[in-house]
Amino acid sequence: MPTEPPKPLTTPAHGHHVAAQLAIPLSASAPATATAIQARGFSSWYGEFQALKSLDLEIPAQQVTAFIGPSGCGKSTFLRWINRMNDPIPSARAEGTLELQGKDLLAKSVDVVDLRRRVGMVFQKPNPFPKSIYDNVAFGPRLHKHYTRAELDELVERSLRSASIWNEVKDRLRSSALGLSGGQQQRLCIARAIAVGPEVLLMDEPCSALDPKSTLAIEELIETLADRFTIVIVTHNMQQAARVSDQTAFFFEGRLIESGNTESIFTKPKIKQTEDYVTGRFG
Amino acid sequence: MTTLPTTSTPRDLDQLGRTKSVAARVLRERLIVGTLAIAACFSILVTSTIIAVLAQETWGFFQFPNVTLGDFFGGTEWNPLLGAEKHFGIWPLVSGTLLVTVIAATFALPIGLVCAIYLSEYSSTRVRATLKPALEILAGVPTVVYGFFALTIITPVLQKVSPAFGSYNAMAAGLATGIMILPIVCSMSEDSLRAVPRSLRDGALALGGTKFDVSVKVVVPAALSGIVAAFLLAISRAIGETMIVALAAGGIAQITANPTAEVQTMTAYMVQIFLGDAPAVGVEYKSSYAVASVLFVMTFAITMIGQYILRRFREEYD
Amino acid sequence: MATPRSTASRIFSNRAFLLICLMATNIAMIVLAVLLISIFWQGWGTLSWKFITSFASRKPSEAGILAPLMGSVWVCAICGLVALPLGIGTAIFLEEFAKRTRFTRIIQTNIMNLAGVPSIVYGILGLTAFARMFGAFGTTSEDAMNFGDSESLLFLRIPFGSTVLAGGLTLMLVILPVVIISTQEALRSVPSSLRSGAFALGATRWQTVWAITLPAAIPGIMTGAILSMSRAIGESAPLLVIGGLLLVFNTPQNLMSDFAILPLQIYNWAGRPQDSFHALAASAIIVQLAVLLVFNGFAVFVRQKLQKPLQ
Repeated sequence: MPTEPPKPLTTPAHGHHVAAQLAIPLSASAPATATAIQARGFSSWYGEFQALKSLDLEIPAQQVTAFIGPSGCGKSTFLRWINRMNDPIPSARAEGTLELQGKDLLAKSVDVVDLRRRVGMVFQKPNPFPKSIYDNVAFGPRLHKHYTRAELDELVERSLRSASIWNEVKDRLRSSALGLSGGQQQRLCIARAIAVGPEVLLMDEPCSALDPKSTLAIEELIETLADRFTIVIVTHNMQQAARVSDQTAFFFEGRLIESGNTESIFTKPKIKQTEDYVTGRFG
Repeated sequence: MTTLPTTSTPRDLDQLGRTKSVAARVLRERLIVGTLAIAACFSILVTSTIIAVLAQETWGFFQFPNVTLGDFFGGTEWNPLLGAEKHFGIWPLVSGTLLVTVIAATFALPIGLVCAIYLSEYSSTRVRATLKPALEILAGVPTVVYGFFALTIITPVLQKVSPAFGSYNAMAAGLATGIMILPIVCSMSEDSLRAVPRSLRDGALALGGTKFDVSVKVVVPAALSGIVAAFLLAISRAIGETMIVALAAGGIAQITANPTAEVQTMTAYMVQIFLGDAPAVGVEYKSSYAVASVLFVMTFAITMIGQYILRRFREEYD
Repeated sequence: MATPRSTASRIFSNRAFLLICLMATNIAMIVLAVLLISIFWQGWGTLSWKFITSFASRKPSEAGILAPLMGSVWVCAICGLVALPLGIGTAIFLEEFAKRTRFTRIIQTNIMNLAGVPSIVYGILGLTAFARMFGAFGTTSEDAMNFGDSESLLFLRIPFGSTVLAGGLTLMLVILPVVIISTQEALRSVPSSLRSGAFALGATRWQTVWAITLPAAIPGIMTGAILSMSRAIGESAPLLVIGGLLLVFNTPQNLMSDFAILPLQIYNWAGRPQDSFHALAASAIIVQLAVLLVFNGFAVFVRQKLQKPLQ
């Protein structure tokens, strides 16, 4: 028998296997590495304005990484490059490398649809679609696959359970998602993102529009999701970063000033700027 | 990835469902974008065809003997149908058009602007709830109805006021055209007044201005580009209006500023030709295309100026 | 030192302006009232079911509007069937797909300009492009190309001549910019966060438009569409250029039928010197306004019905 390459252990039902016919799969059979996302010498511009300056950063898999820093420091911009949400902005461009599971995700040949299926995103303001709760969750999966009714029902239920909102909505799956409270809407958006089976979840200040109680619910949810997903969260709230994250990266004026274990960033930062920021002396 | 727990995690949800074809998705996307792009190009085709048709037929008009550019743009007599000697000087038609337009604008622009200020700055919701639908109905009335109104109501009333008014006159047509453009002036001006941010009004009120001061000296200047654009659009509509003038203004092409007189506008002349028996190859028939070209250039220029003003002087309040 | 303005004068100017405002708004209301009352006054007497179901006649007492009414329906149906898909498609392309390039800016400016072109100029375009087809196929009377039986519904003739098809397509040119602009406004009012949400789930642009943006914009698009159709129903100048004032004694049978339309019938009667014809014109105007009222009522209904979030 000729030696065949070892079969990938993930099932061939993955969307990106088919994507391979048209686009380079990002990591279909790549071995699981400790690093999910890696940036090397990564810079980006909006027109003439340089938003990010030669970033080097490794984001570990199955951990929560928090991006902190004052407004306009580039943390959200960086987040939006990871699932290429900056693509539609004509003046936005990037240099350097940004890799997901070791594959350049900025390459022209990358199928953006497949990338976004694997890198989910939750936005600052909850943005449920003006559809029923069920259809909100089923929207993503339906884009990528054909399901039987039973399969879809199961998928919706499990996504909602994973987002800790099932018990609140199970009796009104067919009613409008716009009738939910802000905190519920945000958890629904998380369920919606989970439903397409991503590896990475990007969260862009997911609690900034929510009250303290809903914020707590989301933070608890992030903790339970952390063993299954690589989570990157942008936050203005230092306590939140300290509470939910394993790793913290501090951005300032487009540069990555310091990154590492959350505890050490907050208790013994190596750089003066970081210390000033985390202790609340500026920002 | 293989080390992940597999019980009840979203990851094993991957096993549900049948993957859709990426090739089909990409193909469908391209087909749709292509179709939509073709639809979008249709509008360019429309404009270029209008220009080509007008240019070609106007060229044909100037090929006739005794028709020269100098006479057309310099002549003061328009007499294409009757008499032994035909004259094609565009000025009487332009004059008639301008007279009707000036009457319409004098009526509609001030009233429309004041209505807009009232609606945006003063009115209670109750007044709004009657005035807005009234303006919407006025905006929806077909222009032929205004023509009928000018002929059967406005003209008899004018004749009661002064016997100088003939049964066709510029005044009636102008007033009816004014009524027609009133809703355009009002609703477009109101839109731009409403776009002025509340903070600007509050600032002026806090400085001790009366509501009148704030409206006229702060809000209106701030919305001026939008108001001017509304005025220009309304004027261009008045110039291009056809059915009202065809019914009420009369058919004598003459240079006059007298509102009691019968005048012929450019559009009314075109109606006369297309309704009449002029042979499609004759000089009279072709002359209507030359008139249409002048009309097109005038309205096009006004629209372009309006667009320019909106773009150039738009205040950004974000 | 400047003399301070007296408070009294400032209050006076404020009051005076309010008075001017009230006068101006009253003029608008009075004009509308006089317009409607005078038309009903003139036309109510001759309005009857027989008037609506009869054909034209030289005798005012026997004349009716069946042919122009049905002609208007045919022409507007053709107009809507072409203008709505074309206009909505263009708007979707410009708002949701096109990058902000020089080319799309030209298309955008061009559409604004087309909206300002007098409708009678569209009539000239329709006459040349649809009725005569640039003379490329001979004239209708001579060697026109015929397809199918002239009695059947599918009969087609090239060039179209002064037929309902040419009329409908010409009206389509008139309202196309209106449809495009109102659809663009409806699409713009959909919050961009919904689009971002769909993109982030891996939806393509078209999937986003189809499943998210269009459903959210539908009330606005429908309202714009209905209002453009009511504009089409009242438009007469371009069709006058194409067909003149045809005296038609039949309702349209197929796309190649001659047509009369209601506004042109009104024009015809209004232009006659006799008062009896003016009364007929007024009656026809009442019918025309009733049709418009139905359209506008429908627009209001759609706006309110569809804007309710689903329960």
